[in-house]
Amino acid sequence: MRVSLTVNDTPRTLDLDPRTSLLDALRDHLHLTGTKKGCDHGQCGACTVLVNGERVNSCLCLAVMHDGDEVTTIEGLGTPENLSPLQAAFVKHDGFQCGYCTPGQIMSSHAMLKEIARGWPSHVTEDLSAKAELTIEELKERMSGNLCRCSAYKGIADAILEAAAEQREAAE
Amino acid sequence: MTTELKMDVPQPRFLDQTQQGVLGKPIPRVDGALKVTGQATYAAEWQMDDMAHGVFVGAAIPKGHFTIDRDSIAGMDGFLGLYTDNLVRNSARGTLNTNPVQPGDRVDYLGQSIALVVAETFEQARDMAAALKVSYTRDDDAVTDLSEYDDWELKVGIELGDVDAAMDAAHKSVDLEYTTKGHNSGAMELHGSIASWDGDHVTVRSSLQMLGFNRNELADSLGVPPEQVRLLSPYVGGGFGSKLGIGPDSVGAAVAARDLGRPVRVVLTRPQVFDTTIRRTETRQHIRLAANQDGRLTGISHVNWQSNLPGEGHAEPVDAATRFLYAGENRYCAHYMARRNSPATGDVRSPGEAVGMLTLEAAMDELAEALEMDPIDLRIRNIPEVHPGNGKPISSNGMASSLRQGAEAFGWDQRQPTGTRREGEWLIGMGVAAAARANLLMPSSARVTLNPDATAVVETDMTDIGTGTYTILGQIAAETLGLPTESVTVHLGDSNFPTASGSGGSWGATSSGSSVLIAARAIRKTLAERMGCEEEALTLKDGMATGGNKRSALSELIDQPISEEGKIDKGKLTKGTHQAGYGAHFAEVAVNTVTGEVRVRRMLAAMAAGRILNEQTARSQVYGGQIWGIGSALHEGLEFDTRTGHIANHTLGEYYVPVHLDVGDLDVLFIDERDDMANPMQAKGIGELGFCGAAAAVANAIYNACGVRIRDFPATPDRIFPHL
Repeated sequence: MRVSLTVNDTPRTLDLDPRTSLLDALRDHLHLTGTKKGCDHGQCGACTVLVNGERVNSCLCLAVMHDGDEVTTIEGLGTPENLSPLQAAFVKHDGFQCGYCTPGQIMSSHAMLKEIARGWPSHVTEDLSAKAELTIEELKERMSGNLCRCSAYKGIADAILEAAAEQREAAE
Repeated sequence: MTTELKMDVPQPRFLDQTQQGVLGKPIPRVDGALKVTGQATYAAEWQMDDMAHGVFVGAAIPKGHFTIDRDSIAGMDGFLGLYTDNLVRNSARGTLNTNPVQPGDRVDYLGQSIALVVAETFEQARDMAAALKVSYTRDDDAVTDLSEYDDWELKVGIELGDVDAAMDAAHKSVDLEYTTKGHNSGAMELHGSIASWDGDHVTVRSSLQMLGFNRNELADSLGVPPEQVRLLSPYVGGGFGSKLGIGPDSVGAAVAARDLGRPVRVVLTRPQVFDTTIRRTETRQHIRLAANQDGRLTGISHVNWQSNLPGEGHAEPVDAATRFLYAGENRYCAHYMARRNSPATGDVRSPGEAVGMLTLEAAMDELAEALEMDPIDLRIRNIPEVHPGNGKPISSNGMASSLRQGAEAFGWDQRQPTGTRREGEWLIGMGVAAAARANLLMPSSARVTLNPDATAVVETDMTDIGTGTYTILGQIAAETLGLPTESVTVHLGDSNFPTASGSGGSWGATSSGSSVLIAARAIRKTLAERMGCEEEALTLKDGMATGGNKRSALSELIDQPISEEGKIDKGKLTKGTHQAGYGAHFAEVAVNTVTGEVRVRRMLAAMAAGRILNEQTARSQVYGGQIWGIGSALHEGLEFDTRTGHIANHTLGEYYVPVHLDVGDLDVLFIDERDDMANPMQAKGIGELGFCGAAAAVANAIYNACGVRIRDFPATPDRIFPHL
């Protein structure tokens, strides 16, 4: 089946087996292997990408379901020579070891910060009628769908907090 | 030229004399920019022309034989081949160095990879694997439930004096039984391989920890000489023991690729990783500790029951730390092995100590209570002068410093009597445990090349599984050659490079790092000759050489690259001394009085592991260990279906590894130490030490919080709230 996607701002048209997941379309057909396959059934978060700006587990999506959608992968955030603020903060705070869950952590945190900025509550939000704030507890709750077996959670949290603070300063 | 050093004599502290000042510094990972941008290429991500895709079919019975019906899938779109020959039953255990069991048409456990289906695309192969018709003849004597098992094989590890008599004569003693569930490594990258043949030579891109061993294992499995096998593993998405040996994926991909004459990729599914690689055994443990009036241990006994598949050589060294951690003249350690039809057991991070120190250090907490002693005092009082089992000298032991400095940094003096500190519906408590992990040295080689433009290249088949190898090997070469770290490039994970120790047993950094140091020192020798001075009198810094009243840029000293190979090997000290990293773990937990849930609020690890090579990567390793401690104390456990022996929770959604929200504040304190007997860097392994004992600190904190002793792990709420 023909599927048209806009991936990292570039229009792409693919002829795919309808059984192809969005994850495999990215990795095997567009050769964007920065998006990782850690379980292939929605349990680890390594395959997190943005679809129309929202985070999704790309292993749980069939590519054909996303005809016409905009997809952002880790390759769309920055390059080794020009890291995004989140990517640079992950390097600085050692927010990874083996690096395999890392693109998913970064894509997830990218979307998570926007979710908080919009005031979306979470399971740990005390006052559901108030605007959610980026506390360490909120961060941990909202990032708990991204597993890291090396257990770089502390560095990941420190990196996200620093990048978010920089974002706030830049906005002010 | 190759320079070899055997660890026969204590080594001078060369790295305390060098001037570059980069070793030990918290330099960010040099592979970091590639990893955070998705540009690091892991095994299954290489782009190959004309690549076919293989998917394994798992056995549906625990024991017996199978026959496959090729015709059931041969007509499906994209079918290329179906393979059963040469497949391995399970991953090789660490350092096996030969082929794992290749059972042919025999099934030894449910889930065993019995056939590989290969098709033009992954989607086609996956559907064919589901459609393949397999018929079985099922044996009725499969061992799937150990509750009635009576054929235990006993192996006595140590027997000194008479523990029974020591228990009878003791002022205070504890006699405790524990159970721990099996664990899975759970590395985030699925085990995967791409094999391609060129004539009779095969190149396999795979996710592996120890290429020197892995090459021999794969060659033997395929029936070709090792010289015809090349392995590439430049990036490995976590190992934790599961990639120490080759797995079903590399063999299957190579078998199919040889037949089809085109590259074949095979990636295990997550359930297949649980089923067909290796797991940590479940254990039952019996610990007895006897102490006299002064709180000195007079008897220690640690016996455990564990299991593995028939024909597997691995046994979990549950009593590894018990053998050396504390003094005591009467000692007994032994294990009983059952052979069962369940996935193979092998090394998962900190094999032995992970579950053996959990129980030993929980038992020490009970003994301290019986003696009415502070648990830190009890531990310090029982630190031995020499190895208590064999009398060997101890190379260095930082346990007392770790306990004392850790206690101060953690605020141990704020600990309250059991069950008395309450905050709303939560009870708060603190726990401590010792940390220890044997320090091992393995033969390891590396080549270092210094170029006239004052850059250097390090080449070795060593792997970086998240441990920081790229970064620390660069730091060692830069420090020794007097170069900024940016001037050193490190190439890893290619079996064509000199053979390293591989990543495992916490020996990787020290063994491979020593080989880099030795090679770089050989280069220094040549530079010193050209400067007309002794190597000891040579100073190298920022690309400049100083010595013999001369100062010269490296570019003026050499007009050709200088290449040297360094090799480290075990020596008299390796065998003649007892070497281990030591430390102390502290934990503060909150236990919910209504639900029995445990929250780890904070942990501190004080680590004495010799010279620290990179403070940031070492710290991250310890954080990881602390969190694995949380996992094994509170969450992780393989559940078996006793009718079939298979792992019922073989996914990351049902086998609970810690997530962000499970982790409280973490702190790490490094104790200043040099171990001259370990290696020429005076460093000891840190990758597992941070885990050894961490779970016990959590368990002991649970007791201090709420008065419930956990003897069956993990400490899930159902094991706590009925006793509150």
